[in-house]
Amino acid sequence: MFVLVVGGGKVGYYLTKELIESGHEVVLMEKDRARADQIADEIGSIVVAHDGCEGKYLGEAGCARADIVAAVTGDDEDNLVICQMAKHHFDVRRTIARVNNPKNEALFRHLGADEIISPTRMILGSIEQDIPVHELLHLAALGEGELEIIEAHLQEGSPAIGRAAGDLLMPEGCSLFAVVRDGVATPLRPDMTLRVGDKVIAIGPSECEALLHQQLIGDDAEAVTPLA
Amino acid sequence: MKIVIVGSGRVGSVLAEAYDAAGHQVVILDLSTRAFDRLPAEFRGRAVRGDGTDEDTLRRVGAGDADVFLALTEGDNRNVMAAQVATEKLGIGKVLAKINDPVRAAAYAELGIATICRTSMIADAISAFLGFESLGLPGVIAATGSHHGGEHAPLATTIGAGTTGREA
Repeated sequence: MFVLVVGGGKVGYYLTKELIESGHEVVLMEKDRARADQIADEIGSIVVAHDGCEGKYLGEAGCARADIVAAVTGDDEDNLVICQMAKHHFDVRRTIARVNNPKNEALFRHLGADEIISPTRMILGSIEQDIPVHELLHLAALGEGELEIIEAHLQEGSPAIGRAAGDLLMPEGCSLFAVVRDGVATPLRPDMTLRVGDKVIAIGPSECEALLHQQLIGDDAEAVTPLA
Repeated sequence: MKIVIVGSGRVGSVLAEAYDAAGHQVVILDLSTRAFDRLPAEFRGRAVRGDGTDEDTLRRVGAGDADVFLALTEGDNRNVMAAQVATEKLGIGKVLAKINDPVRAAAYAELGIATICRTSMIADAISAFLGFESLGLPGVIAATGSHHGGEHAPLATTIGAGTTGREA
């Protein structure tokens, strides 16, 4: 298989090395001459020191007969253009784009990159698995920041479940004022019994957060346990 | 008309000033607030620091209902991307991208984006000044092709074979 790799940063460099080791034919394009020379010194004369965004140089690097073009520069817009030129000008069958800003994924897919790799998205996905989803959520700061509007998503295990809102021990200066239940927001009355899935909206000074957490979410040990 | 300009460089700022003075509603974006120093004190439009290739940013500044979108940064690829977001995501009718590489300029015109190529225009202007024949490079290329959800018109026909095109 002939793979044209564009972008000789860390990703492009290791990708090229791995591909060579697995016996593929590879050409690497890197526009920075010093960087290109440095890589060429190590892995041989398969490095083209030109900008892979320019049609002329893509052609010279053999783009027209590439089975795969991998655009792995650090700039999303460059990767997009490389894939589009490869696909629509050189009829390359498969193009792979590295996307740094996860928000660009949909656009890239729509505009013709066959495969999209988003390192940011992957790491984000990994992290999000470890973040408990039943933490307090800060919605807004009021005044000079001394007051905050906080949302608590009531989950199984919250000490507030099954209790009347008025029975909860509220920190000084802090009040629960609304509940979002099944997507409908209503003012929170003291006689209202709280249920799993309720989103309780509170307003109060930022210092009251710990007590609020205890009342609505549960103790800290439980709150930081990742969801299975 | 509502005109969005991405890139407050020499060209972007001059146009922003002129269109604002002519009574149009102008929004100009740049990644650097310094770039807005080029705008006159009397500029009444909006100057926003932000990424013109980012759909959310563009929507936030009201580009969603713009009549005209001009991508005039110093980066060809940034302009290409901004223009494609404007066309494909925001559905703006009149979109122009500055692309200084004549090959890319022609290629993207085929994808439905009008392009303007400084390289070609200057080269032709110089030739005309010297009384030589025009080089025949088109400076402004109207969008000729269109893009429909991943399917592009083939580009090979507009690009000089032998320079960059795949040999037929």
